[in-house]
Amino acid sequence: MILPLSSGIASRLSLAAVVAFPPLHGQLAHLTPLDVAVIAIYFAMVLFIGFYLRQASSTSEQFFLAGREMTAWIAGLSFVSANMGSLELMGWAGSAYQYGILATHWYWIGAIPAMLFLGLVMMPFYYVSKTHSVPGYLKLRFGESSRILAAFSFAIEMILMSGVNMFSMAVVMKVVLGWNITFSILMSSLAVAVYVGLGGLRSAIYNEVLQFVLIWAGALLVPILGLVEAGGWHKMVAKIASNYRGQDYVHLWRDTGHFSANPMGVHWTGIVFGLGFVISFGYWTTDFLVVQRVLAARNLRAAQMAPIIGSFFKMAVPFIVILPGLLGLVVLQNPDGTLLHLVGENHVSALHPHSFNEVLPLMMVRYLGPGLLGLGITALMAGFMSGMAGNVSAFATVWTYDIYQPLIRKRASDSHYVAIGRWATVLGVVVSIGAAYLVMHAAGIMDYVQALFSFFIAPLLGAILLGMFWKRATAAGGFWGLLLGILSSVSLFVWVRMDPSALSMVAISPDAKSMAENLYRALWSFLISIAVTVVVSLLTRPKPEAELNGLVYGVTKLPFQEPVPFYRNQWFWAVIVVVLFAGLNILFW
Amino acid sequence: MHSLGVPANIPIWFFVGVLLTIYGALIGGHGVYAWVTHERSMVVLANLHAAVWWGGMILILGLVYCVKFFPRQQR
Repeated sequence: MILPLSSGIASRLSLAAVVAFPPLHGQLAHLTPLDVAVIAIYFAMVLFIGFYLRQASSTSEQFFLAGREMTAWIAGLSFVSANMGSLELMGWAGSAYQYGILATHWYWIGAIPAMLFLGLVMMPFYYVSKTHSVPGYLKLRFGESSRILAAFSFAIEMILMSGVNMFSMAVVMKVVLGWNITFSILMSSLAVAVYVGLGGLRSAIYNEVLQFVLIWAGALLVPILGLVEAGGWHKMVAKIASNYRGQDYVHLWRDTGHFSANPMGVHWTGIVFGLGFVISFGYWTTDFLVVQRVLAARNLRAAQMAPIIGSFFKMAVPFIVILPGLLGLVVLQNPDGTLLHLVGENHVSALHPHSFNEVLPLMMVRYLGPGLLGLGITALMAGFMSGMAGNVSAFATVWTYDIYQPLIRKRASDSHYVAIGRWATVLGVVVSIGAAYLVMHAAGIMDYVQALFSFFIAPLLGAILLGMFWKRATAAGGFWGLLLGILSSVSLFVWVRMDPSALSMVAISPDAKSMAENLYRALWSFLISIAVTVVVSLLTRPKPEAELNGLVYGVTKLPFQEPVPFYRNQWFWAVIVVVLFAGLNILFW
Repeated sequence: MHSLGVPANIPIWFFVGVLLTIYGALIGGHGVYAWVTHERSMVVLANLHAAVWWGGMILILGLVYCVKFFPRQQR
């Protein structure tokens, strides 16, 4: 199993292995006409929304930023939904089966602090600068070269990830339902192209909210029934301890004091600093896929509240993702009544026909009858499509504003850029389909595509943090910090691929596993990005403070926000999130 | 523009309500039919009739959203 880098990147995990080692058994589930009707109604609804919202997406502000009219709730749910992506549900349920509750770190410490930081600290600068995109912010802060570097990185990454997601979904549908891969790719991509191409970000956000509700409606029943069958949480824990002696599946932190003491092969320093700080903050605060949703909020307070609202739901996602994986350790049985053991993709055989990745579909088939199974499958599809639409809508914006406008046609009418955005959506989907087939015919590419995603996150975080919070940072510092950070991340990746023993140096331990490599590679590239930005900035001339207004902490006059009752204040809800977050970590320590 | 921040007449929550209502009616309706006719089920815990109560809950939630966010009721 290829391990995830962050919960947002969760989607990208493990399907490389599925591709490389298709299952030996037949399809897992058989749909009844009622299940097919449930799925068909979902597709009809998302397409209808796209056509319906076409009329409300005629200007660039409407098409690319949904008119900046979204409420905090809509922006917040869309923010979380776009992140849930392709394999969030299946991949992390599989990780929970394999590694236990440790997988929850990607939802809690790997998301919550960064989401709060985005809402409370960074959002004012993104919002006040009136930028259309994250590369757009870099343009304002560090100049055109940084913007172009980030824009091409984003565009390539998003389109490739969209293709990977598309193909991953098709593989899942083939494994679960026996559907033809081309049919699944065309069906999902056409639907996404239609509703995003017509309604722009507004349609993507509308559908993401719808998909978010469906994901919960379709997936929540599985852990509820699983807990009923297992006899409750405590009996489940006791059975896991009895079935898997010597392995700890139910503690978040207790066994992270040494790389070899836990099944993931990670150390708490990697989790806290690599995942909890660099990767998580990099993803949640600079990845335009998620930031774009918050930029669509109707005012600064809504933009600040959106990630905080999203963080409540993010904290709850392990209930529908991690818990089914843990329950699978207890309730899944062979036809003869013995415990069913799932294995890694490369160990699937006639004796062990199912892989970790199939734990959630197996649980669905176990509990969900006609109609409910269709809803569960719809939940999986909704997850795939929300991630795909997020990639495509973000690509269309970055392509139009950060590549086409500065490099190809600087001045044109508003309607021209909207048309370019619509065509960029179609182009994005077409290239994604190409990427999907590229992955299909060269499975090893998926590893590199996933790695590509990780190359940019940490260096970009370094550049943006210094740009936002250090007024001395200069354009040259930002550009070289970003570039050398990316190059160092790529170099570390190549080094470990050419010499696997280098992992012990990258992760500072001979016991480190591939997960630790991801965490520490991000940490080093972040530090290099920071160091280069600082050194180059100190050697070059900074911008006058007057030009930094709206971009940098300390020299920006934030807009006055009308006083609101405490229960509408973002800080109040942030404190509640912090208390819940701390309580959950202590509870499952 | 209405209070949910979209200059279209139909708020997103109404779409959510419609979809949940349809799903609740279909799933809950089939669950009741299967219960009454003692339809053979292959799933574990079939005796709990999850389709009936889960479908019913989805139906109620959907109806609440449909009524609360019916387009004509928006400001």
